[in-house]
Amino acid sequence: MSGLFSAYSWSKVWGARAGFLMGLGNTVLTAVFGILLALVLGLVFGLMGTSNKRILKAVNRVYVEFIQNTPVLLQLCFIYYALAFSGHSIGIIPAGITALGIYTGAYMSEVFRAGIQSIPKGQFEAARSQGFTYFEEMYYIILPQTMKIILPPMVNQVVNLIKNTSCLYIIGGSDLISITYSFVTGEKTGGAYGPAYILCGAVFFVICYPLSKLASTWELRLKRREAATVKTAAAKAA
Amino acid sequence: MSTMIKLEHINKNFGDLHVLKDVNLEVTEGEKLVIIGPSGSGKSTTVRCMNFLETPTSGTVTIDGEVMDKKNCRRIVREKMSMVFQQFNLYPHMTVLKNLTLAPMKLHHKTKEEAEELAYHYLDVVGLREKADVYPPALSGGQQQRIAIARALCCQTPIILFDEPTSALDPETIQEVLDVMIRLAHEKNITMVVVTHEMGFARQVADQVVFMEDGRIIEEGTPEHFFTAPDSPRVKEFLGKIIR
Repeated sequence: MSGLFSAYSWSKVWGARAGFLMGLGNTVLTAVFGILLALVLGLVFGLMGTSNKRILKAVNRVYVEFIQNTPVLLQLCFIYYALAFSGHSIGIIPAGITALGIYTGAYMSEVFRAGIQSIPKGQFEAARSQGFTYFEEMYYIILPQTMKIILPPMVNQVVNLIKNTSCLYIIGGSDLISITYSFVTGEKTGGAYGPAYILCGAVFFVICYPLSKLASTWELRLKRREAATVKTAAAKAA
Repeated sequence: MSTMIKLEHINKNFGDLHVLKDVNLEVTEGEKLVIIGPSGSGKSTTVRCMNFLETPTSGTVTIDGEVMDKKNCRRIVREKMSMVFQQFNLYPHMTVLKNLTLAPMKLHHKTKEEAEELAYHYLDVVGLREKADVYPPALSGGQQQRIAIARALCCQTPIILFDEPTSALDPETIQEVLDVMIRLAHEKNITMVVVTHEMGFARQVADQVVFMEDGRIIEEGTPEHFFTAPDSPRVKEFLGKIIR
């Protein structure tokens, strides 16, 4: 193990850069479409969760509770293998996108639901008193206000989804984690554990850290603005 | 004059709470109706039934000849009614101008230019033209309420409902809002329904005053009748307490 961080092992990683880049490409591809799917599901099921129709609320609860209380690996395997063995294989990356999208969508829908419910009742009533339809009311009045509040928790879910692309390994994916693993365990490429995993981690960090930072900065700004509004309101009242 | 708003045998329950008990009311075109009464008497719920913010448990609401139901209520509201709330309920994420132009553009098919012209016109009416580009949270309560009135006017609906428009304001700014409402009351063709505790306002502008208590209409009549010789001892007692 003397050569854990040796120049030789770094050069081995460098030599395999094409493979790592391909893995990164697959990870990004899965993440981007997974996020889009999660956002759509989150919005749709989040709206259901705030509905006053009992049936829609029930659908929201079943989805959220079922997905949040079973392992994502199980969901991924189910979607991939169950479909593959019934002759409807959709491929590894589409399976990953679907599973991760559905999984994160459950968390996203809770984020949307909580965000919408935090908007004062008067806003809904004002919209209704002007005669906006439900969708117009949501689109013009409620969701723009909701987005501001839910951006931080939403970005956290995006970061989680990006990291969870590593689950693709279980269905033989060629995402960044899987590529790294097969590189360090490969017959010809074996070893170079240190550099390979450090590189892999660094790439994830470079993608996820700015997102997390964005979320926390935004949250801080919102809190400051809120404090400022309360202050001016207090000053006015005084 | 045709009937603009007609409530027939309206009942409203919130769970076990029976808040409206067989309320019947008629408002003709251009009429200024003021609803008074102690808190919890069902005044607000009555106006909120008029635009279906509360769906009556039973009874019918007829607006300008059309019976409202859950399906057509948004359209009828859009065409016939605006509302001014106790808590203003301006859209905080939009400038004052956008607050005023949103519904005319999205619901009443006005172009941006038409909607903005309308908005500036009504901003002049409420005396706040210079606040067009400000966000509502930066305004005082009285200013926000005047903007809310302008927003209601921008939809140019024949009916405007006011649900305790001055109750959340500090005493100094109440008058600026009342002044705007009094000016509005001179408009012959606007039908106004106002829930308020401002007796001076009621006396000055109302064509008809309704007194509610415990979910029922106890007495209705002209302001002269009401403030000089009310029939019900309960109304006498209430007015005695509120007007000193």
